[in-house]
Amino acid sequence: MTNRITTRFNELEAYGRPGFVAYMMAGDGDSQALLNALPEAGADVIELGMPFTDPMADGPSIQASALRALDAGMTLKGVFDQAAKFREHDTDTPLVLMGYANPIHHMGFENFARQAEKAGVDGLICVDIPPEEDSELRTALEAHGIALIRLATPTTDDKRLETVVENTSGFVYYVSTTGVTGAASGMAQEVGAAVSRVKSASGLPVVVGFGVRTPEQAAAIAAEADAVVVGSAIVDAMHEGGVAAATELVHTLSQAAHGAKK
Amino acid sequence: MSDTASADTRPNALSAWPDARGRFGDYGGRFVAETLMPNILELEAAYEDAKRDVNFQREMEEFLRDYVGKPSPIYFAERLTENFGGAKIWLKRDELNHTGSHKINNCLGQVLLAKRMGKTRIIAETGAGQHGVATATVAARFGIPCTVFMGATDVERQAPNVFRMKLLGAEVIPVTSGTGTLKDAMNEALRDWVTNVSDTFYVIGTVAGPHPYPAMVRDFQSIIGREARAQMLDRLGRLPDAAVACIGGGSNAMGLFHPFIEDENVRLIGVEAAGHGIETGKHAASLKGGEPGILHGNKTYLLQDKDGQIIDAHSISAGLDYPGIGPEHAFLHDAKRAEYVSATDEEAMEMFQLCTKLEGIIPALEPAHALARVRDLAKELGPDGLILMNMCGRGDKDVPQVAEMLGVKL
Ligand SMILES: Cc1ncc(COP(=O)(O)O)c(C=O)c1O
Repeated sequence: MTNRITTRFNELEAYGRPGFVAYMMAGDGDSQALLNALPEAGADVIELGMPFTDPMADGPSIQASALRALDAGMTLKGVFDQAAKFREHDTDTPLVLMGYANPIHHMGFENFARQAEKAGVDGLICVDIPPEEDSELRTALEAHGIALIRLATPTTDDKRLETVVENTSGFVYYVSTTGVTGAASGMAQEVGAAVSRVKSASGLPVVVGFGVRTPEQAAAIAAEADAVVVGSAIVDAMHEGGVAAATELVHTLSQAAHGAKK
Repeated sequence: MSDTASADTRPNALSAWPDARGRFGDYGGRFVAETLMPNILELEAAYEDAKRDVNFQREMEEFLRDYVGKPSPIYFAERLTENFGGAKIWLKRDELNHTGSHKINNCLGQVLLAKRMGKTRIIAETGAGQHGVATATVAARFGIPCTVFMGATDVERQAPNVFRMKLLGAEVIPVTSGTGTLKDAMNEALRDWVTNVSDTFYVIGTVAGPHPYPAMVRDFQSIIGREARAQMLDRLGRLPDAAVACIGGGSNAMGLFHPFIEDENVRLIGVEAAGHGIETGKHAASLKGGEPGILHGNKTYLLQDKDGQIIDAHSISAGLDYPGIGPEHAFLHDAKRAEYVSATDEEAMEMFQLCTKLEGIIPALEPAHALARVRDLAKELGPDGLILMNMCGRGDKDVPQVAEMLGVKL
């Protein structure tokens, strides 16, 4: 089957420009409208957040967003519905779900993978399942052609990096700083060195996120990576100004990222 | 398919878990963000090393004796025995420990380990404040800066403990995220740890969290069961028919149970908090009213809804107000080696007053839950029976709350 993630990163490579990854929370505000609008606004890859009551790795913006989404009735089934609706209009943009282990475990890994495939999902980032614990989940996802995307962080040394990149697919998400989402981002210089390390160990594209808010930061990080991720800032814009404000921000950020010199 | 250990690495005694992957059967494990994995592995290695170091063991023993006040006695609760009209009831008096509960057994071990690892900052989560106070106490003793995360709701409910922690030099951070209770305090402590990975040691207060915490906290708390087992043999020449303890995350219960696991004739009974009653949905009984899931670093029974979202626990006792339970309890539950029952808010209030009046011992609301089931068990076992209950904390901290519930203005 065609792999949207690989195709997209090959395209970016061919254009010789870094990509832009937009994170948004399913179920917070008119999220279907935002999701549908993201490719047009400049997102090369979309990370769709699955809300969880106890998001241990997230800062205040995404925590609050998750709780609003849950209050509004969002569920995993709702996330799949939004993904499927998105796929009615867009068959190219990679869609990666991002969330925490418990709702996925509760649904059953196999069931989750099957429904994700049906909904047109391409990958999964599960924040609290490290490589040591993910064999069961990975097996289920692989059977349905869904990439399990691993995280590498500033605390991942060379030895551990081998474990992190083993059996991974799609891309590697480099977390630029020790901390939660929305905190200060890592320094572009250090990020560059880390990205090279992760790239050569994994042979996969490396996207960098956590704490990127402004076009300047996005450009600086994008220059060092295959793509830059922005989450909290988009979530905040969506909450404060709705779909129009969020798409406007994605437009500005993606232009900055696309224009960055590799 | 399953992530359980392969046959050749499975420990063959129930007391010999976890396996090398930190699993108790299918439970436990290390479900943390990648940023924390190196820390968890470093901690595991440091703990294994400390366990084998006689100097570390000697330092622990000295502080347990001279600072905590170990060993705590066992005590024949004659008037409760009379009142319940059945088996003889003996209490393990861990409420006599310095700071008033079993929590310090574990804090001492972890803070000594932090010192040994060269960590310069301690963080902890707390519900009722007992673990926060015990951590702040030991941190003060060793001059290590300490930050305690406490749900904003609990900060209000437990004002005296907040002040105690501050007197001890700790910084208390009220947590407003989520629902502002113990699970949110734990989330916030994990967020702090992920941000300050290199210098900070996270002192978890119960037998939960990622491996090695459940095993390490159990080891530090096992002094309860080791002492009590030897004391019973010494004083009574026999083991109890049952060992009973209350369960929040399960540390005092695991500490009591563990040295008895291979004593097949000793029933192990854990008492969860039933809040308003399990049927009302407002409770904290993860085993009786929950399902297996993944939270706070481990796989275990959790209170959760049909979509796998975590449900808030409810208990009169802030120390039991947690939607999970240590993975070793989940394992002993499924293996049917331990029995798990529950007691309601109302029963705990009744036992709190009864124990105070009859024995002159004001129990914490947490062990008051255990006492409610000890009453039934005493009748069931009859006069020849022998029950050992862990009196894991004293009730001074609960006096303002109980007064309010009884309509008394202090
Ligand atoms: C006196 C007392 N008992 C029991 C508990 C519950 O913890 P655990 O189940 O880990 O023993 C607490 C927690 O604050 C406590 O203060």
